[in-house]
Amino acid sequence: MRLAIALLLAAAGSAARAADGDIQSFTLPNGLQGVVIEDHRAPVVTQMVWYRVGSADETPGESGLAHFLEHLMFKATDELADGEFSKIVAANGGDDNAFTSTDYTAYFQRIAADRLDLVMGMEADRMTDLDPGAEAVLSERDVVMEERRQVVENDPGGLFAEERRAALYYNHPYGRPVIGWMHEMEQFDEEKAMAFYRAHYAPNNAILVVAGDVEAAEVERLAREHFGPIPASDAIGPRIRPQEPPHRAARRLEFRDPRVRQPYVTRSWFAPQRRPGDQREAAALYVLAELLGGPGITSVMAQELQLAEGVAIDAGASYADTGVDPQSFNVYVVPKPDVSLAEAEERLDALLARFVAEGPDPQQLERIKTRIRADRIFDRDNLQYRARQVGSELATGLTLEDVEAWPDLLQAVTPEEVRAAAQAVFRPENAVTSLMMAPETVEVVGQ
Amino acid sequence: MTRILHALAAAFLLALAATLPARAAIDIVPVTSPGGITAWLYEDHTIPMVSLEASFRGGSALDPEGQAGAVNLMTALLEEGSGDLDATAFAQARDDLAAGFSFDAGRDEVAVSARMLSENLDASVDLLRAALVEPRFDAEAVARVRGQVASILRSDETDPDAIASRAFYAEAFPGHPYALPPDGTLATVADLDAEAVRAAHRAALAKDRLMIAVVGDIDAERLGPLLDRLFGDLPETGAPLPEVAEPATAGTLSVIDLGIPQSVVVFGHAGIPRDDPDFIPAFVMDHILGGGGFGSRLTEEVREKRGLTYGIYTYLAPGDFGALYMGRFSSANGRVAEALGILREEWALMAEEGVTEAELEDAKRYLTGAYPLRFDGNERIAGQLLGLQTAGLDIDYVNERNDLVEAVTREDIARVARRILDPEHLTFVVVGRPEGVQATN
Repeated sequence: MRLAIALLLAAAGSAARAADGDIQSFTLPNGLQGVVIEDHRAPVVTQMVWYRVGSADETPGESGLAHFLEHLMFKATDELADGEFSKIVAANGGDDNAFTSTDYTAYFQRIAADRLDLVMGMEADRMTDLDPGAEAVLSERDVVMEERRQVVENDPGGLFAEERRAALYYNHPYGRPVIGWMHEMEQFDEEKAMAFYRAHYAPNNAILVVAGDVEAAEVERLAREHFGPIPASDAIGPRIRPQEPPHRAARRLEFRDPRVRQPYVTRSWFAPQRRPGDQREAAALYVLAELLGGPGITSVMAQELQLAEGVAIDAGASYADTGVDPQSFNVYVVPKPDVSLAEAEERLDALLARFVAEGPDPQQLERIKTRIRADRIFDRDNLQYRARQVGSELATGLTLEDVEAWPDLLQAVTPEEVRAAAQAVFRPENAVTSLMMAPETVEVVGQ
Repeated sequence: MTRILHALAAAFLLALAATLPARAAIDIVPVTSPGGITAWLYEDHTIPMVSLEASFRGGSALDPEGQAGAVNLMTALLEEGSGDLDATAFAQARDDLAAGFSFDAGRDEVAVSARMLSENLDASVDLLRAALVEPRFDAEAVARVRGQVASILRSDETDPDAIASRAFYAEAFPGHPYALPPDGTLATVADLDAEAVRAAHRAALAKDRLMIAVVGDIDAERLGPLLDRLFGDLPETGAPLPEVAEPATAGTLSVIDLGIPQSVVVFGHAGIPRDDPDFIPAFVMDHILGGGGFGSRLTEEVREKRGLTYGIYTYLAPGDFGALYMGRFSSANGRVAEALGILREEWALMAEEGVTEAELEDAKRYLTGAYPLRFDGNERIAGQLLGLQTAGLDIDYVNERNDLVEAVTREDIARVARRILDPEHLTFVVVGRPEGVQATN
């Protein structure tokens, strides 16, 4: 990446060898993409294997299957017994886990750098040789149903978020929860899980990211040894999902739950994502989210809603910039106890209209850019974050060129581009406005 | 395709004990400022940044009677204006420097965390100093942040984890500051004004309870005077620390009704202080029982074999003013009774029989091998160096710790298991609508 190269030139006067923090890459003949970030400060390595498959790649009626398979990947293979993968990692002083999103599923280990050979061998093993067995599948189904209860159903905020997604995406599979709908999770079995596995797990659908105290050439050698013998799958095709039609109606949700003690209002707009070779509008939206409702009280929303006019306890904005298909731009306002949701929403509307008319304060824009530049330095300290960042970018269709261009694109954003991006996205028919409330009549929920 | 895998894994296992601990060695030096303030320093000039972690012991345990949440509110207000900067001007100054500050209050400490660029380190330190030494506590900021805390407290009223944790601490520490949550209650927070916040600042942020770790692009020569600039103007002494309490866990099971599909269970009883000679054996025992995630007995029995939960874990909570051994899990209302039964069985089994040689070896391999993972990255190292100090450990501990783990025997574990694990006094708070679970109080 540019910054690391610049630092190396300053330090050593030569760019012949890759510097710590640089991204290096290779591709195996079977299509496996490899990425290496060297960092020799500590004798530790992070290995991640990313599959370009997530909940948006599921068959309708099987929501949650991608995530369920992630759990099953820790079960038996032709070589390893149920749970043995993690036991071997632990016996070598390593940590391991995995996560699933709409667009990818990723597995990772953090371990002493001289154990990379071992964990890479095990990742290669479970890429195509998973064999969990029907009993383990059913027991794990209970676990993911408990997971859904814990992270979604026990929390009204979790249920509310599901409803908002479903309203924002009414044709694209992004409208389904990654964890799955309970009634569909109940129908999971070994056959469905293994069919999904065979359809999507292959070297030509995977990205290997290795970050830490390793040499790129050695990582490539190990990758050839372990992943090289696995043939490419001809089942892997382009990721074509049903797309959203033009949105023509402003949508509103009222979510009521007796557990709600703090009402709030959110709005999500359908928004373009970072597209390969075409990231400028996304860069403007990224900066817009920081300006409008980034962390701290210097944001436009905090200044106007929390401080000067004082209608909100909290307010903020976020932009999901990375994904295979279009994402969302989101804002929320938590009103003060004596302020109604309607009043909070009116103030939000007025603020947004003014911002679209006037554009950003250039000085505040410079502050945001300063912070983004500094984050590039701070991020070098957190290798897991770097590995995760580049993995998610590549797994959603961006190229390494896009990844390396992104920081400069953020710095190049102009006030007019921010204003224009806001104007393009903040259209009523493009939005879902959602109110989180307690029921009108008080129900007893305990306590 | 992976025939060689097992041979490979076995070879690694044999080599492990010899190689990993040696590689954990890092050089930490104590630096004492001209003014007498000491920090632990680890130098690494790879990245042009400095990470600083500091802890003022005491935290919300210093809240005066009837003012629960005062230290928490004060801590949240440290970044809301200082010296001649109001809240917005302070935040802008921080953004101009691209410095990151965070301030957190817990039961035992006020924690300060800063990351600063080398290129403007002095200016960043001056701004952090202003936050710590000259906070303004403007009435506007006090009211605004108090409103945010109250909003969180309102949401906590139906949050099963918050409910369970509050009920557990209230039962375990009657009459002690630990009985109340660090962020207070709606009633106490409503009464906190700028005067109460100033008093909390005077009580909690003093040099007699300060510990500091610094990591990154700085050397001892520069750090010394910088420590004086940053902390030198704080008062020498703060409020007296509370008495250490023995948890009053009587072995009860409370059920708190809440309309949720999955019951949340918080459980525990008295634990073991960090300076107890048996702490390391207890730590290894906990890893095997429920602290170690996958592979722990509780995860194996409750999650892996029966699918009764998404997660069950235990942890030693050696608070400065009272030590607990605690845990948490959640299961569907109709299945929580079965999970509770297994938990009770495993507790008793460990107390009676301890661990097997194989379990102990596995735990040692993991714990010694994973120790170096805590030291990759400046911010992580700074967190470790501060953690060692707050635990009262010696500066050489980082290079001795794995030997301490290696020295633990099955007999040690059997002894601490008998001593700590107490099925009779194991106390539960269940929040939800559990079926087939009988409350005992």
